[in-house]
Amino acid sequence: MTAATALSPPARDPAWLGRVFWLGAALALLWPMLVATEFKPWLLLAPESLQPTLRFARSFVPPAVGSEFLALVARETWRTVAIATAGITLALMIAWPLTLAATRVLSISALAGRMAPGPFLLRQTLRALMIGLRSIPELVWALVFVRVVGLGPTAGVLAIALTYGGMLAKVYSEILESGETDAAQALLRNGCGRLQAFFYAVLPTNAAELVSYTVYRWECAIRSSVVLGFVGAGGLGQQLDNSTKMFAGGEVATMLLVFIALVAIADRASAWLRRALG
Amino acid sequence: MTPDPAANLPYRLPPRLFNARCAACWFMLAIVVLVLASFWSLDLQWRSFLSAEALASMGRFVSEFFPPDVSQPFLGKVIAATGETLAMSALGTLLAAVLGLALAWPAARLNDGDRARARAPTRLLLNALRSVPELVWATLLLISAGLGPFAGTLALAVHTSGVLGRLFAEAFENAPPGPGFALRAQGVGNGRVLLYATLPQVLPQLMSYTLYRWENNIRAAAVLGVVGAGGLGQLLAFHMGLFHMNKTCTILAAMLLLVALVDALSYAARRWMTR
Repeated sequence: MTAATALSPPARDPAWLGRVFWLGAALALLWPMLVATEFKPWLLLAPESLQPTLRFARSFVPPAVGSEFLALVARETWRTVAIATAGITLALMIAWPLTLAATRVLSISALAGRMAPGPFLLRQTLRALMIGLRSIPELVWALVFVRVVGLGPTAGVLAIALTYGGMLAKVYSEILESGETDAAQALLRNGCGRLQAFFYAVLPTNAAELVSYTVYRWECAIRSSVVLGFVGAGGLGQQLDNSTKMFAGGEVATMLLVFIALVAIADRASAWLRRALG
Repeated sequence: MTPDPAANLPYRLPPRLFNARCAACWFMLAIVVLVLASFWSLDLQWRSFLSAEALASMGRFVSEFFPPDVSQPFLGKVIAATGETLAMSALGTLLAAVLGLALAWPAARLNDGDRARARAPTRLLLNALRSVPELVWATLLLISAGLGPFAGTLALAVHTSGVLGRLFAEAFENAPPGPGFALRAQGVGNGRVLLYATLPQVLPQLMSYTLYRWENNIRAAAVLGVVGAGGLGQLLAFHMGLFHMNKTCTILAAMLLLVALVDALSYAARRWMTR
């Protein structure tokens, strides 16, 4: 009996053809992207860009902690939170009427099977409006409103209100439609009005989910209200932009730290609230 | 077989509207105070916004947008900028995936015996990268990378690597420990355990995270240029600054189209993959 001879391992990688092909394909795809984005990392190390970078980075320490500056930062941080809160409040005022009109849970004609063509058309139009509001980024809205109402928090509040209004309305109506609809149907079938059905059946069934999504969006709004400051909508972002343009590294460092802390606190608060309510 | 009594027992009164021990009441009160304080402390100019002349000027402003500029050379420029936006987002996400993978390794506790000394500091770094938005990174990076799409690409890469690094680290920690344990019992080192046991198990998850972030980054890249970091946003800020409203309209339409297309594609892909 001869011992089974072990197969000798192949001399070369059996899959080499495929590997080489995919590597080549990836490189061929990558090359035009590198060209389009002017990807030249060595420029970062060229002395004329390295020196200002290092000087700027060195001025980060120590962070600016003058009492006057800290008071300014505190005021602007509050403004950032206030812009987000006011924006979300207005967004809710936009979102709820849209949701009530657009959700198919409250459709009476749909109880009999198919929704009547008129209400169907209305709901689809409203849905298109929501998607339209949502898909223009808030930064673009802010740019437009800064032109109309001038620099200041009004532009930021309006930008957040419009984008988040569309977003909240869309998600709210999806939440209502994916939840339990039996209670609402029972009420509607027995001759309840739509608003009664909403307050006594739809809202209690979905309240926890709706609130937790709203709190999450409030957290997102705080983040985006900082960004909106960069186009002149007030708050922490505007100060950060000014200090960066003046190469005041210490002030930038302080504000970045405050910003990171603000985001972390909003994150924690929103997680806590969602757990408490969920 | 007696029928149930009424669902609500009749002798139980509804709770009082305000009760000092009810956390939800205090919470609602806090929200109302927060909202009122916000509106009160911001000097919102509703009057200048809702007055007749403001509305008229807004109407004029909107009417200037039309008709959109669809001349051949400008359309070419918009298409090129759209391509640049796509390239920025793709390259930024790719760099972020590589960087995130490199950072996720020290940020994860790979097995029970792993002391993971680097875990806390790496997570702190990832959180810092993640909580500064792309736009802020872009303004900071403009100083070293100069105006143009390169700064935007780097900004996307830096922010996204914070996000992906954390998600990847969570995926590593949540991977089923069996295969890794088997290899380690044979005396295989940590690096090879990661490559041959952990990574193959979580690779689909990492891919889906990366694709999800790519979708987000396309949207982010479209507006990143507002601070001068390339793509459609830079074109938008340029023409809006010069009050070329017809051109602005074309750019906005291109942006909307891009976002809608990405939304539709990702929706279709998700449907197709979960079917």
